[in-house]
Amino acid sequence: MAGAAVLGRLAAPLRWRLVEVVEVVPETPSAATIVLDVADWPGHRAGQHADVRLTAEDGYQAQRSYSIASAPEDPRLALTVERLEDGEVSPFLVGELRAGDRIELRGPIGGYFVWEANGGPVRLVAGGSGVVPLMAMLRHREAAGSEAPATLLYSARSLGDVLYREELERLAAAGGGPRVAYTLTRERPPGWSGYDRRIDGDMLAEVFGPADPAATAFVCGPTSFVEAAADALVALGHEPAQVKTERFGPTGG
Amino acid sequence: MDYVTRGFRGRRREPDESERVPPGQYLTDDFPVLSAGPTPHTPLAEWSFAVVAQDGEQLARWSWDEFRALPSETVTVDIHCVTKWSKLDTTWEGVSVDTLLAGVEAEAGYVTAFCDGGYTTNLPVEDVTGGKAWVAFGYDGEPLEPEHGGPARLLVPHLYFWKSAKWLRGLRLMDEDEPGFWEGLGYHLYGDPWREQRYWGD
Amino acid sequence: MDDDDLRLDGNSLGGLLGEVFAWETTTARGTCASCGAVGEVATLVVYAHAPGTVARCPACGSVLLRVVRASGRMWLDARGLSALELREPA
Repeated sequence: MAGAAVLGRLAAPLRWRLVEVVEVVPETPSAATIVLDVADWPGHRAGQHADVRLTAEDGYQAQRSYSIASAPEDPRLALTVERLEDGEVSPFLVGELRAGDRIELRGPIGGYFVWEANGGPVRLVAGGSGVVPLMAMLRHREAAGSEAPATLLYSARSLGDVLYREELERLAAAGGGPRVAYTLTRERPPGWSGYDRRIDGDMLAEVFGPADPAATAFVCGPTSFVEAAADALVALGHEPAQVKTERFGPTGG
Repeated sequence: MDYVTRGFRGRRREPDESERVPPGQYLTDDFPVLSAGPTPHTPLAEWSFAVVAQDGEQLARWSWDEFRALPSETVTVDIHCVTKWSKLDTTWEGVSVDTLLAGVEAEAGYVTAFCDGGYTTNLPVEDVTGGKAWVAFGYDGEPLEPEHGGPARLLVPHLYFWKSAKWLRGLRLMDEDEPGFWEGLGYHLYGDPWREQRYWGD
Repeated sequence: MDDDDLRLDGNSLGGLLGEVFAWETTTARGTCASCGAVGEVATLVVYAHAPGTVARCPACGSVLLRVVRASGRMWLDARGLSALELREPA
């Protein structure tokens, strides 16, 4: 897999490319990871996304953006897609797409919402499927053997909606692994000892501790979630320039 | 030809009343919200509708109460968005633009609709008169919701729906057909869905 | 549906602009012609549910950028930006 140095020499406009689906891996009842074979993939950075375009037989097209879930070190490219109830593209990707199918892809995209393993301490705040690019960051951190302190606060409706749960537990349990905290906002399993409410300043302060000028915060999820969390982080003393946000919207469905 | 994705159809269904659906359009049952900015929320007490001359001189003005006291009608029309969705049999309540222009003495070939939030769109006067256009304050039997242009929007169903300007605050009489917000950036000056006039050069 | 559902940020412009710009756009720094605020394109307030895409200044709400991508063409209006600073890739 080409590394970051190659990206610079290949400064060129993005173009659509046809890619083959290797596997569709269910993550939860409503989400799946699409593993792709991409010839001549130039490499990517953790946090970037890709655009996917589908074309129907009559020429009708639909296009959406999905965060790259795989680490730059992974040999294959992976996107995790959550099925939106009234979605047009996500139900197809999660429910119908299968190995051998080909879709159009454009990427990697984005230079702002990215973290490199030498990028200092990182504070990650995820709302629902907003965890996907943050997971790419944690996977990159592990693959690169980084010791940069990392903490993830992950808000989901229920435990069943949590993506990558087993992998997050494994990462968190390892020496030097990230700290992971969950808040489940709609329903909790019996005996749940984690948070049970929407993210607020008190929760952020408890999970991350005082503001750290050396740390970068990455907040990702639906617009209202991101704005509330980012505002709360700034109110706790984080420098706005150190709080990076990426909003997902219905266009992501 | 772009690559066809096996098994993908998308949301739209085949038109079953194809003579009512302009070329290149798909039918929808929902009412997608398209916006270029935050939804304005002008309080009715501050709302007004004005007809102004090209130089800005106010020729007529109605407060909300005055506007609602004008004769209005309920119409059922098909609407066609340039983003390719069409919705049949939509019901609106509004004041005919003929009523609003009736007392105005000035003559002009064109109008520019202007709106809260800064949106504009241009139309020939003959396309907003003769019973072809309304200032609509009700949709589907209810007051028009802000996300769909409430308190009032322009309704010009025979043209692509970007001409049916949301959050309408008035019409400016113009001597020229001056491109509005989208007409200046690629969208067709006139916008007839039956001749598929979506973009410059169509 | 409230306004939140209609809003994204400038990260979402990367694919749209990336077909035309060879250099990274979401980290490009734009200066608002209306209020003078300077910031990365990724922080712009983006409305993408329109006949075109509109990016607004996060400080004052003015339209900085409008893009229409259709019919084998792209129309770009950047009058709302008095400057856009892109960086050559390393």
